[in-house]
Amino acid sequence: MSDKNLSRRGLLKAGAATGVALSLPTIFTSKAYGFTNEPGASSVTLGFNVPQTGAYADEGADELRAYQLAVEHLNGEGDGGMLNTFSSQVLDGTGILGRRVEYVTGDTQTSSDAARSSARSMIERDGAIMITGGSSSGVAVAVQALCQEAGVIFMAGLTHSNDTTGKDRKANGFRHFFNSYMSGAALAPVLANAYGTDRNAYYLTADYNWGYTTEQAIQEATEGVGWNTVNTVRTPLGAGDFSSYITPVLGSGADTLVLVHYGGDMVNSLTNAVQFGLREAQANGRDFQIVVPLFSRLMARGAGENIRGIFGSTNWHWSLQDEGSQAFTRSFGEKYGFPPSQAAHTCYVQTLLYADAVSRAGTFNPCGVVEALEGFEFDGLGNGPTLYRAEDHQCFKDVLVVRGKENPDSEYDLLEIVEVTPVDQVTYAPDHPQFSGGELGTCNPGA
Amino acid sequence: MLGLNKADLRLYLIVLGMLIFAPFIMNPFPEGSGLAQFNGGYPDLLQKLVIFGIFAVGFNILFGLTGYLSFGHAAFLGVGSYAGVWMMKLLTMNVVPALIISVLTAGLLSVIIGYVSLRRSGIYFSILTLAFAQMCYSLAYSVLTPITGGETGLTLSLNDPRVLGTSQTAEGNIPVPHFFGLEMNASSTLELGAWSFTFNTGYYFCAVVMAVAFYFAIRLFRSPFGLMLRAVKSNQARMSYTGLNARPYTLAAFVISGMYAGLAGGLMVAMDPLAGAERMIWTASGEVVLMAILGGVGTLIGPILGAGVIKYLESIISTINSTILHQWFAFLPDGLEDFVVAIIYPFVGKGWHLTLGIVFMLVVIFLPGGIVEGGKRIGNLFRRKRREETPPSSTTTPAPKPGE
Repeated sequence: MSDKNLSRRGLLKAGAATGVALSLPTIFTSKAYGFTNEPGASSVTLGFNVPQTGAYADEGADELRAYQLAVEHLNGEGDGGMLNTFSSQVLDGTGILGRRVEYVTGDTQTSSDAARSSARSMIERDGAIMITGGSSSGVAVAVQALCQEAGVIFMAGLTHSNDTTGKDRKANGFRHFFNSYMSGAALAPVLANAYGTDRNAYYLTADYNWGYTTEQAIQEATEGVGWNTVNTVRTPLGAGDFSSYITPVLGSGADTLVLVHYGGDMVNSLTNAVQFGLREAQANGRDFQIVVPLFSRLMARGAGENIRGIFGSTNWHWSLQDEGSQAFTRSFGEKYGFPPSQAAHTCYVQTLLYADAVSRAGTFNPCGVVEALEGFEFDGLGNGPTLYRAEDHQCFKDVLVVRGKENPDSEYDLLEIVEVTPVDQVTYAPDHPQFSGGELGTCNPGA
Repeated sequence: MLGLNKADLRLYLIVLGMLIFAPFIMNPFPEGSGLAQFNGGYPDLLQKLVIFGIFAVGFNILFGLTGYLSFGHAAFLGVGSYAGVWMMKLLTMNVVPALIISVLTAGLLSVIIGYVSLRRSGIYFSILTLAFAQMCYSLAYSVLTPITGGETGLTLSLNDPRVLGTSQTAEGNIPVPHFFGLEMNASSTLELGAWSFTFNTGYYFCAVVMAVAFYFAIRLFRSPFGLMLRAVKSNQARMSYTGLNARPYTLAAFVISGMYAGLAGGLMVAMDPLAGAERMIWTASGEVVLMAILGGVGTLIGPILGAGVIKYLESIISTINSTILHQWFAFLPDGLEDFVVAIIYPFVGKGWHLTLGIVFMLVVIFLPGGIVEGGKRIGNLFRRKRREETPPSSTTTPAPKPGE
């Protein structure tokens, strides 16, 4: 340049140009990898994204305990838990593919936004190769979509809504937990047996997606055995007091109340219903009955003695007598001093299933893992013979119908298993109307 | 230059510098060291800092200038997000139409809410805006589920119509939001020794929008219109006695600030195409009030700093768990290690709200003017020292400039 007077603007321009020129080659570095967050030779990082604050913090804490236990077992510490009973024996306690398992944790706050940003920080900052956890369907659907975009595997924690493997199913996402349809299909015959086939049901439904799909599933299943639906009423989430919704029930001609509530809502609505004397009431010449489609031990503890004799369904219960369940309950109990919840069980199993799929595939590449998990049949993880269906990435296994125990021995022994509904009875076609409108797409390995 | 006076220009250049070099500034610790936990230079957090910065700057136009405390600003953010996602579902994955429609929708909603709420002032105004925002939240969460996706949020799907684009990519995935072909999630990494810096397209796109939005805010603060808003804050009754109708001014401020919120909401979905109802819940509205107060109400840069501090604490402190604490204090003897960890543990991980609360209390008690006042005090400290070294010609301290 002939102009020797270097102006400030000229300097800025030159600086900017140099910066751009220098950074250009680095644009290509991100494409050098085969897939997102390919782990190094010594360790692999998993992301445990659970609710640590908010309505489901109890479940989240239990999930985190289970994850820590799973990591211990994968790394060959502790007694090995379900690794010994798992039908696939490729995991040998040396981590995953010889890499030591490490983990990072995050708080979903039971909010899709918080859960997604927590998952993104795990993927972008900590290099997590798999995200797992969550205790509500909204969070599961949101994080599953994120993992599909980012190109990592998502192993859903506790999520019961049909949508997770229905209209919002994704190729990179997998669910071990059961769903609303299965609850309905398992409960309906038991309810028909216990209460007769000509009941009139009144539904109080939590006013969000999980409530809608569960209400629909239970309604269709019970109408299939001859029940009649009197009314369905939506209740706002987190309403502390349900008495105004309970009052009209007795005069409506219904003789059965179905509480499609979960967590604290279920505890409150059931308590209200019992206080209003519904359980002693008579309607249509019969005893009035209450049904709670989805039970968990943590909810049962919150509801106390109100839960006695009430039917519901659950994914797993620690009192199961098979080898896998006992091994898991034993090592969980030894480490923490109390038995695990169903949320803990599904999270533990999901971690093992992921590790096993990676080992069988011989790669951490999400597409390899998807291939290894699709159509995978296994046993020894507490639910009997189980299939990970390829069409929608949903696990198919027996479903437990439980009832609140009349005389509990301890604060953990609140539910008794009434029936183990065989898997055939809860299996449905992948394009069942309750699950339609979704597409898996193809697996995304990311960058 | 740019129609700004010298002090404003300096401030603007500082903000520009922070925006450009944020990936370096936020990543001060080498990868793999114990302090790497405090690194915040990853795309998600950087984007969020800038987006909430824009949100807070917009909120400050209303709260800082007119003194009207809106407790429902998250509603505009949420509506902007939903509008943006719908644009991506129906029209194109280009973020520009999404941002435009986000701003317009939020503006429209703020005209309606502002028109009603601004009939009252003070606490009644706050309660009215809060009520409207909670209404919007409830509608989005359940009643309008077909439009908003309800609890699971509004997401893109593989069979969106998308008139000016493809429903899915050749590999069978949902396309990524882009700015005329520049994909928002594209990143490049610069390895410098032990350090690793990530440059993300989405972040720099947000930074450009922030630069424009902040420039507009400075001009607005210094304009006659801004002066009128300040007059509303200092004494609205006196203003009306002089025959001025303050309502059009306050409504304009409300709508502008609502549009800023809509812009922030649109950017959020441009970075991460999902809109959830929790974005509109009252705690989200409260958060932006905290940001403004923490940084310094009525100052230009304060809200940005406040947003930065809150989002940084939320993202970083909440990911520290007991295992990490034990690693840090592993050098201590066993008993002492457990003791120290037990003391610190309640303040990290799920206890990050506690840390935020303490920081907020300390700022409000000792620095009523927010972080900006803290910065000014430190600045004065140095200035005084310099003065002591060289005896000053005049002993009067310059009056603090309002709104800086």
